[in-house]
Amino acid sequence: MSVTSEKNIVLHAADVIKNFGGLRALSDIDLQIEEGKTHAIIGPNGAGKSTLLNVIIGRIAPTSGAVVFDGTVLTGKAPHEINQLGISRVFQTPEIFADLSVLHNVMAPAFARRDGAFRLNMFRATAREAAIRDEAESLLNDFGMWDRRDDHSGALSRGDKRRLELCMCLIQHPRLLLLDEPTAGMSRHDTNTTIELLKKIKLRGMTKVIIEHDMHVVFSLADKISVLAQGRIIASGLPQDIKEDPRVQEAYLGGAAE
Amino acid sequence: MFHLSRKDQVKLAIFALVVVTMPIWLAPLGAAYPGLMQKFAIYAIFAIGFNILFGLTGYLSFGHAAFLGVGSYTAVWSFKLLSMDILPALLFAVLVAGLFALVIGFFSLRRTGIYFSILTLAFAQMCYSLAYSVLTPITNGETGLLLARDDPRVIDAALGAGTVGGAGLPSPALLGNSVTGYFGFYICAALLILTFYISQKIFASPFGLALRGIKSNQTRMIYTGFNIRPYMLAAFVISGMFAGLAGGLLAVTDPIAGAERMRWTESGNIVLMTILGGVGTLIGPVIGAWVIKYFENIFSAINKNMLNATFDFLPDGMQNIAVTVLSKFVGEGWHLTLGLLFVLIVVFLPGGLVEGYLKLVARLRRGRGTKPEAGGK
Amino acid sequence: MNTILAQLLNGLDKGAAYALIALGLTLVFGTLGVVNFAHGALFMLGCFCAVAFRYLLTIETVSVDPTQLSPWGQPVQVRTPLVQDWLGDFGALMVDYSVPFSILLTVPVMLVIGIAMERGLIRHFYKRTHAEQILVTFGLAIVLGELVKSVFGPNPWPQPIPSDLRGAADIGIWLGMEPRSLTYPMWRVIYLLFSLAVIGGVFAFLRFTTFGMVVRAGMADREAVGLLGINIDRRFTVVFGLAAVVAGVAGAMYTPLLAPNYHIGMDFLVLSFVVVVVGGMGSLPGAVLAGFLLGILQSFASMTQIKTFLPGIDQVIVYLVAVVVLLVRPRGLLGRRGVMEG
Repeated sequence: MSVTSEKNIVLHAADVIKNFGGLRALSDIDLQIEEGKTHAIIGPNGAGKSTLLNVIIGRIAPTSGAVVFDGTVLTGKAPHEINQLGISRVFQTPEIFADLSVLHNVMAPAFARRDGAFRLNMFRATAREAAIRDEAESLLNDFGMWDRRDDHSGALSRGDKRRLELCMCLIQHPRLLLLDEPTAGMSRHDTNTTIELLKKIKLRGMTKVIIEHDMHVVFSLADKISVLAQGRIIASGLPQDIKEDPRVQEAYLGGAAE
Repeated sequence: MFHLSRKDQVKLAIFALVVVTMPIWLAPLGAAYPGLMQKFAIYAIFAIGFNILFGLTGYLSFGHAAFLGVGSYTAVWSFKLLSMDILPALLFAVLVAGLFALVIGFFSLRRTGIYFSILTLAFAQMCYSLAYSVLTPITNGETGLLLARDDPRVIDAALGAGTVGGAGLPSPALLGNSVTGYFGFYICAALLILTFYISQKIFASPFGLALRGIKSNQTRMIYTGFNIRPYMLAAFVISGMFAGLAGGLLAVTDPIAGAERMRWTESGNIVLMTILGGVGTLIGPVIGAWVIKYFENIFSAINKNMLNATFDFLPDGMQNIAVTVLSKFVGEGWHLTLGLLFVLIVVFLPGGLVEGYLKLVARLRRGRGTKPEAGGK
Repeated sequence: MNTILAQLLNGLDKGAAYALIALGLTLVFGTLGVVNFAHGALFMLGCFCAVAFRYLLTIETVSVDPTQLSPWGQPVQVRTPLVQDWLGDFGALMVDYSVPFSILLTVPVMLVIGIAMERGLIRHFYKRTHAEQILVTFGLAIVLGELVKSVFGPNPWPQPIPSDLRGAADIGIWLGMEPRSLTYPMWRVIYLLFSLAVIGGVFAFLRFTTFGMVVRAGMADREAVGLLGINIDRRFTVVFGLAAVVAGVAGAMYTPLLAPNYHIGMDFLVLSFVVVVVGGMGSLPGAVLAGFLLGILQSFASMTQIKTFLPGIDQVIVYLVAVVVLLVRPRGLLGRRGVMEG
């Protein structure tokens, strides 16, 4: 782990530029995520939040610049390799295994953890199996879904699917958790439950990046906020600094009444 | 979950019992001939293998008949070149089919969905066309690959073992015992039970869970850290090897191999069997294979005279109508019945006969709150 | 030079049949999003429309003509097709030209069959997976094949070429070459021209009618068209009917070239799927282009010079091309990215 000025930088997006055709989606992004912190990226629609997330996760290759995770350059790596490094992702619409039971949903990612490299261990029950099952059950218990562990996960409500997806990410013990608008399309009640959930996760000391435009969510959770507008980071800092920053208010808070 | 649960062990025991007692319970159904029962077992093996690919991963291969054909050719060549013993024949059938599956799967699995189906179809059609044309020295073209008295059979010759079969063509044997009749059936039955056991193991393993994950949500699989290519390829090869075993057994029970086994409609047949029984369930493909083979052999043997006899009780005119209409569906026309049945199944019972059975059970038990688990018998 | 031209022509008529079948398949893919494995069966039904038409035309009356005696001294039986009785010379002409005339029967019959198929079965599968669509249409193809088999029997039904159109066309003269330097069977030329006309007709229909514009818009972006409040359902039915008619007439006119039996549909289906994939799923010009291209390639591959060089290539060329195209350029020659993927 490299130590940069006494803080531990887990993820560093350095001078990232992304062009789509002639359109510049991201320009000169320089983003540092500190270990153990919840870092929110906010910005109006079309500011390039999703593009940035996709560049971080390796789904889109940047036109120039690089994303470095704990000393490893992510550019050019396959999504599964990036996950292997310890980055898990929560999608805007929950991506779960709709055909499998809730418990199996949580167990499957555990088998991929750190050694998702292919293993054809079909004749030997893995030594870790019992442990994985226990861990999955206890996670489900923590998230209040234990009694639904045998249900078909496709039949869950949207809020429950989000919870399930979080469990699926957490059982991998990721070093970095990426959340893409985790409360998008949720009712106020579900949003609040999700915030509570994320606070709970925060206690586990995991580094998180949240893409969000709901200010309520952002200010409830974030340790640090970066504001993205027209493909640039116009401000970065502590929540209260961001709140008071006139440029941010102009670009974002003032314009859009959230 | 990942070792065979007690429930799975019970299922395996029941399955074994059902297979072994086939000669008894098939007798009243008029199908207790060793030759037919061998086919039941062989095609059940084929369907179980196909189900490991299609049922678990959702990748629909339309070229599996190629592996069956390759298995048959390999087994016959083993009889010709090495020995009349079935052990090397089956071993090579499985290995060579697995090799073919490795190559074809390596390319086909670069695409998904309909593109994957068409790639497998194209590869299988290539095998079929080549078997009929350029590869005639290996496949003996339209005649089919046959045994000959003067085949080298180096192992048999080296051991100085006489071949079973007397003056005529030699016949396949297991350690010196001629594989015919009931002995042949019990060999197929034993292998079917073994195949079923392997399939149970795969279903209950982390590997099987990964395959189901691939079917359910590939995006999530990838972002969960699974490299899905090797998983898919392994499933494809295993399923190709099962097909090769089935092809080898076809050659064991009747030592001839022809290219028509590789036609794409044969691949369609195996899809049909799997869907009919219940794709993705353990027992479904077996039931599908049995039903279709039963139809093919028993239904197709019904003729007008038998129908006339059956409807003797009706007045003459109605008897004629009933016989005329029904005769279109039996005998030569059994394929029509099969096609209709298949369409109805896909439309109304996508889960196949197993799902139908479970629905029926659920309806009968409604109120007692027992939730049936897919894959049950 | 002439050999090459001859091979080119040889490929064109087969390519024309591929192109026509692939055109209908693509139309159905592109608009309805359905993978139709029963499309080959529609081609086969078209073939049997021609067979049935000729069969009906040649129902005969048998009369005994006492004025004529056979060499054995018995009165000669005279067989006269009923149409000839009723319509005189025109009837006789119809019998001779039964194949082209059968289009009159094929078009309405195929339209009805197509509409019935879409309404009765296909429509319930728009939202189901491609695998399920393949399965149900595959089952339907079996049923249709078997129905035809139970009516017409398992043997092929050769259809005659109209007597005036037998023989060869001297294409060399048309191209300004020496007479008889390049000849080609007349009916194949007609089939080629006919299919070009049908293809042109379909394209014109899609380009110049409002209906066609909606269909093309639907191929580009189905949801958008649905949002415009256009009744897509009815148009889907018509599109399917149109595809059935195209496949049907392609089949009817092909009968003199290849005597149809009940599984001709399955034989053509695989090839036309390959054509569609090579052309690019959902691309109509792609389907036509790939149809002709593969027909021509197949014809060149069966030249002896090439066969001695690469034995067996004539058998597998089409599949080989399909495999290479799918692996190198999965969207086909003219297809858009992402169509039918996954």
